[in-house]
Amino acid sequence: MVRPQENAAGADRLESLRLPEGGGEWIGAARRTALARLQAQGLPGRRDEYWRFTDPASLTAAEAPPAAVFVDPDDTRPFDSIERLRIVFRDGVFDPAASDDLAGDGIEISLLSDAAAADIHWAKDLYGVLEGRGQSPVPRPLAALNTALAREGVLIRVSGRVGRPVSLIYLHERETSDALLHHVIRLEPGAELTLLENGPAAARLNKVMEVEVADGARFHHVRTQGRDHERRAHTHIFARLGTESRFKSFTLTVNGVLTRNEAVIELAGEGASAHVAGAAVGDGRFHQDDTVFVTHAAPNCESRQVFKKVLRNGAVGVFQGKILVKEGAQKTDGYQISQSLMLDDDSQFFAKPELEIYADDVACSHGSTTGAIDPEALFYLRARGIARADAEDLLVLAFLSEAIEEIEAEEIAAELLSRLEAWLRRHRR
Amino acid sequence: MDDTLKVKEGVDQETVEAVRSISGKYKHGWETEIEMEFAPKGVNEDIVRLISKKNEEPGWMTEWRLQAFRRWQQMEEPKWAMVNYPEIDFQDLYYYARPKSMEKKPKSLDEVDPKLLATYEKLGIPLREQMILAGVEGAEDIPAEGRRVAVDAVFDSVSVGTTFQKELEKAGVIFCSISEAIREHPELVRKYLGSVVPQSDNFYATLNSAVFSDGSFVYVPPGVRCPMELSTYFRINAENTGQFERTLIIADKGSYVSYLEGCTAPRRDTAQLHAAVVELVALEDAEIKYSTVQNWFPGDEEGKGGIYNFVTKRADCRGARSKVMWTQVETGSAVTWKYPSCILRGDDSQGEFYSIAITNNMQQADTGTKMVHLGRNTRSRIVSKGISAGRAQNTYRGLVSMHPKAKNSRNYTQCDSLLIGDRCGAHTVPYIEVKNNSSRVEHEATTSKVDDDQLFYCRQRGMDEEEALALIVNGFAREVLQALPMEFAMEAQQLVAISLEGSVG
Repeated sequence: MVRPQENAAGADRLESLRLPEGGGEWIGAARRTALARLQAQGLPGRRDEYWRFTDPASLTAAEAPPAAVFVDPDDTRPFDSIERLRIVFRDGVFDPAASDDLAGDGIEISLLSDAAAADIHWAKDLYGVLEGRGQSPVPRPLAALNTALAREGVLIRVSGRVGRPVSLIYLHERETSDALLHHVIRLEPGAELTLLENGPAAARLNKVMEVEVADGARFHHVRTQGRDHERRAHTHIFARLGTESRFKSFTLTVNGVLTRNEAVIELAGEGASAHVAGAAVGDGRFHQDDTVFVTHAAPNCESRQVFKKVLRNGAVGVFQGKILVKEGAQKTDGYQISQSLMLDDDSQFFAKPELEIYADDVACSHGSTTGAIDPEALFYLRARGIARADAEDLLVLAFLSEAIEEIEAEEIAAELLSRLEAWLRRHRR
Repeated sequence: MDDTLKVKEGVDQETVEAVRSISGKYKHGWETEIEMEFAPKGVNEDIVRLISKKNEEPGWMTEWRLQAFRRWQQMEEPKWAMVNYPEIDFQDLYYYARPKSMEKKPKSLDEVDPKLLATYEKLGIPLREQMILAGVEGAEDIPAEGRRVAVDAVFDSVSVGTTFQKELEKAGVIFCSISEAIREHPELVRKYLGSVVPQSDNFYATLNSAVFSDGSFVYVPPGVRCPMELSTYFRINAENTGQFERTLIIADKGSYVSYLEGCTAPRRDTAQLHAAVVELVALEDAEIKYSTVQNWFPGDEEGKGGIYNFVTKRADCRGARSKVMWTQVETGSAVTWKYPSCILRGDDSQGEFYSIAITNNMQQADTGTKMVHLGRNTRSRIVSKGISAGRAQNTYRGLVSMHPKAKNSRNYTQCDSLLIGDRCGAHTVPYIEVKNNSSRVEHEATTSKVDDDQLFYCRQRGMDEEEALALIVNGFAREVLQALPMEFAMEAQQLVAISLEGSVG
């Protein structure tokens, strides 16, 4: 447990926090409860078991460390070729001019800032609620901080099958921007939504996304975190899955001095399925942490975690994954794989793939491997006349492909693969 | 049984016969009625001095203990393991208990109290030389050279006797109780004691450093292959007594030793504490094989009584090409907290860990290993099998760490869990830390239940359900059982069967 007194600077910071003023009663109550949660937990420190491999100091500091805005030479952004509903945030602030009209069939989108001003809103049943459920058994103080302080985000309710994906675009324009975003997504029974996210967002981003996937609903999520080398991000997904529902989330992380992506997923209804996957490539000052907690609370559910990291020049990869199978969650099928490919001797990989199982009729497995490019595979390709650099890129892409295959939409998978290929070409030795 | 010999030769043989021969539950739960002498309850500097005095220790040793005790007072009991037990009142224990008859140290085994000898006899550990460990029926046919085992027998706080000492001496091997070693070989003890598990390594190890009463000491000189298996048998007998033994094994350059450890305790309603420290030092080209069959009283079906087994075991592969192999069969104890580890310091050194941990009823085990790769080309292999039944909780907790200088190192870890029944738990908590890219680390873990098809197959061929279960579990645990020395293999297989009795619904 986090103890506030261990972290004097953290205690001062907690003292200085002020909840946003005004707004409806529902949001006020949610913010106050979250602040109480945060104060009970304290801010995380390096000595906390859950932060063993990632130093949270720059995430908890009062000021965001500055991050230079990266200018993309070819200036194409992910998902540009896809027909989608665009919602744009600049340094965490909604930009109505750059965004599309939020109205659509079978989908209801509002901004957190608007909803918070209202006396009542459907998001009341979820805002801070799923995050609160996700605080046990492991505290996630920065998510509670987000719930307490966030002023902006999108609230999406889907009742049917939405034709085009909703795309959240995060632009980073100021060197010291510190963004807090809180999204709530509710998929009604049988509904289906694809959500895309891309962009560096800010010098420092703290984001929470709460997702309720009702019975029989399907949620697809693809995001890219990229470009800016000096950015920091700490994101959380809290999802609750109903009977026979589907949840799929894939994240591509490229660059960034510090990225921590937490996913807390509860399979609450029978026959639900959750896939969480990620591919990360880092060169130099890059610290990327995937922290996943999947709870099987109902029988006959399936979960899959696939995480691949390619590291070079002192890049650090972290994977903390857990499958918890509760008593009675029989016929659980849980799978978890975390692998890292280290392209030179300076990089580091830390993994803690955990299983905690209280039901006997289950099949759970996890695997974790670390190593360099297989010299025999390299030799095989070179013997067939492929240049060393090309052969290496080929093997790296093959390594990452198991994670990318988790993306259902083929055009998106193809686009991300070609972006990875371009990144590898730019980062050749 | 006429095919005993077959079982003995190849542990991979199916062992239904062994299972059949077992009856009753915890068979070592009886008590020896013997007059005992206790130090006053509780622990303080006077008790530490008293223990040191009873062992006739030199001043430096007393100081070392006191230093540990002062540190221990500053420490907090660790709470991170996945085990639950009521708060231990460290002042409500006896820290020293020895049979009255041991007041004057017997010069030879002939002088030892017959009651004590009878105790070990009954446990299947005869302390007369030329005898062999029980459970190896049919071993008479094997040439004498191959089957002799030297035993150091520890009863509560003192070593009762050590067999084959003379013969081992001829080979230059020192095998005696640690209290004797402190008196007779202070230069070796001072050099190595606390060099693997530092005095204040952790809460229990620090307490042990302060109050350890006895244990075994082994020194194998350069180039010597120890002529026989060495073993220590620990017996807790007295009530409300903590047992704190200390074992130190040093394998000098190019030597080899295989060491076995066994332990049992009477059936009692109150829990008892056992906090041991084992230190192994392997110098250049040396090899140590350390095997444990841990069969402390596990408590009854309701979780009453049993031993709290909080043990620190660590090996330092100090020299190049040294090798340490830990094998453990953990079936007893109410609560187990134990991580036999290897520090792979020497280049090309090797560490291996094979473990079967079986928990039934209300038992809890949190066990595993640490493989710390410091030297180049070091290799480690971890095979852990956890079996949970009843309402037991079984956790594998391990660390594999590849330091930046440990180039070209390898680790392979496999941990499997088997659940029998829907009220038990099986958990895996591995830590992997890799800081260079020429090393490879692979970790695999699975959890499953006993396959219905396999059970059906065995039942169809006339086995009852418990027999069939024991057979399947033995198959599941085969990789570990194979790594055990012959003397233990049989016993271990029988233990697997005992521990599972009553777990079939």
